[in-house]
Amino acid sequence: MNIVVCVKYVPDAQADRTFSPDDNTTDRENVDGLLSELDEYPVEEALKLADATDGKVIVLTVGPEDATDAARKALQMGAHEAVHVQDDAIHGSDALATSKVLAAAIAKLEYDLILTGMASTDGSMGVVPAMLAERLGLPQITLASELTIEGGKAVIRRDNDASTEIIEASLPAVVSVTDQINEPRYPSFKGIMAAKKKPLQTWSLEDLGLTADEVGSAAAWTTVTSVAERPARTAGQVVTDEGDGGAKLVEFLAGAKLV
Amino acid sequence: MSQVLVLVDHVDGAVRKTTTELLTIAARLGEPAAVFIGGHPDAFDNASATLAEYGAQTVYRVEGEGIEDYLVAPKAEALAAVVAQAGDPAAVLLASSGENKEIAGRLAVKLDSGLITDAVDVQEGPVTTQSVFAAAFTVTASVTKGVPVITVKPNSAEPIAVAGVTPTVVTVPVTISEAARTAKITERRPKEKSGRPELTEAAVVVSGGRGTNGDFSPVESFADALGGAVGASRAAVDAGWYPHNSQVGQTGKQVSPTLYVASGISGAIQHRAGMQTSKTIVAINKDPEAPIFELVDFGVVGDLFKVLPQATEEVLKRKG
Repeated sequence: MNIVVCVKYVPDAQADRTFSPDDNTTDRENVDGLLSELDEYPVEEALKLADATDGKVIVLTVGPEDATDAARKALQMGAHEAVHVQDDAIHGSDALATSKVLAAAIAKLEYDLILTGMASTDGSMGVVPAMLAERLGLPQITLASELTIEGGKAVIRRDNDASTEIIEASLPAVVSVTDQINEPRYPSFKGIMAAKKKPLQTWSLEDLGLTADEVGSAAAWTTVTSVAERPARTAGQVVTDEGDGGAKLVEFLAGAKLV
Repeated sequence: MSQVLVLVDHVDGAVRKTTTELLTIAARLGEPAAVFIGGHPDAFDNASATLAEYGAQTVYRVEGEGIEDYLVAPKAEALAAVVAQAGDPAAVLLASSGENKEIAGRLAVKLDSGLITDAVDVQEGPVTTQSVFAAAFTVTASVTKGVPVITVKPNSAEPIAVAGVTPTVVTVPVTISEAARTAKITERRPKEKSGRPELTEAAVVVSGGRGTNGDFSPVESFADALGGAVGASRAAVDAGWYPHNSQVGQTGKQVSPTLYVASGISGAIQHRAGMQTSKTIVAINKDPEAPIFELVDFGVVGDLFKVLPQATEEVLKRKG
């Protein structure tokens, strides 16, 4: 089974994430980036499925030059090949444009299954998997906490707030997975060494048959009009419990009319 | 005045509070119109009373075979049909939830329209406000192409009742395409009801973390005394102490209640991303150096097993 895993290179949440002052886009150059933590789960799931079926895992990422790091990490975990779509014109793309680029790249690959994470850790919209399914005309079975492939079908468990659903679809399908689905492996030393020799292709927009005016800031369907750092919360009162901590807490709540 | 479409969230006709919030926001942007999908005939009657109460001038009632038997795609198709029927709506609003964001994403592709998710405010324009990067930044944005599709987080507006509205009911028959009938829901198991408010909609959230050592009873008792929901940190969820749908944080729920109580939670960035926009934050932690104390309006350095029961008793006493 051939599995395409879409992954994203994101600014490290532990670093001081910020925006580029020029165009209000996420600063991906001056803040250290890495493979989005939530994208380790679909990579792990793909590796397990590939192991079981003697299949192949192809990692696909769209992003600036440094985004190769995200693809590289997935290769180190065990993915077989990687494709990095890189083109200056993609800068500033919103989810609609990103899904367009991903769909065009996927169309050039051979696949039985497309796996993604539940959301990125930077934009955190969680809409690209659904958009991909819409654009590719494939079944969408998303937010899977459990995935089984059997007889050409994918079956997932989806935990909603009010219910748990079992959903099935024929392959090929777009499946997004949550952080509940597995425990992603760490790259081994052997994996890190092996990754250096694995095929990593770079594709441009032209390779995908797309033009610069279809993507990026110029074509964005949305625009950010202002960005402001949230003022730090003013430090409140902290007391040490001397047997009356609970009472003091409620006194505070009563003062703020919260009880 | 252009219509502003609001997708109704309901459980068998019981309209959720998020929908009444959206109708209130819709009135700022144009003429509120509700879109009701699915449910029994009785469910519709129950729902339309609430929708009228919160100012829906029009209620679109979508009827179509099998809409609820398949995941997301049919609802996006149905909503696109209503957009076509409504002419040129000023916006489409949905409450931010996993499913609704996916519906919004597919709708945006269908309409070739801009999409904004997780707005915490929407004003005339429409101009949205979002809280991003673990609430470190506030961003305003607008849609530049097509019909703005916007998902709005719960608790982003105080619902305002409007007297004397009798909505026009428009039935929209929808034929769901074969292409949208590909992800079949073969089983639906309702979750047991906790009797507590839904986490993302609750005015009060009391959360427990590593410091509970797996015993959430003091957290639950305090939540119940305050009529709140119970949340959990990722550490507590990963340890199997509390279900994943109660997780507050970057990879769980983002909550914005009037009062957030963090007990036995250190306040790592992963957790802060889910609760930093709460209006009042209170924390109890043994460790005076815990980063959560940088955020609090009031903090107690102490043992949650002593502080919470005393606080619970005190609240109950005051309530009489």
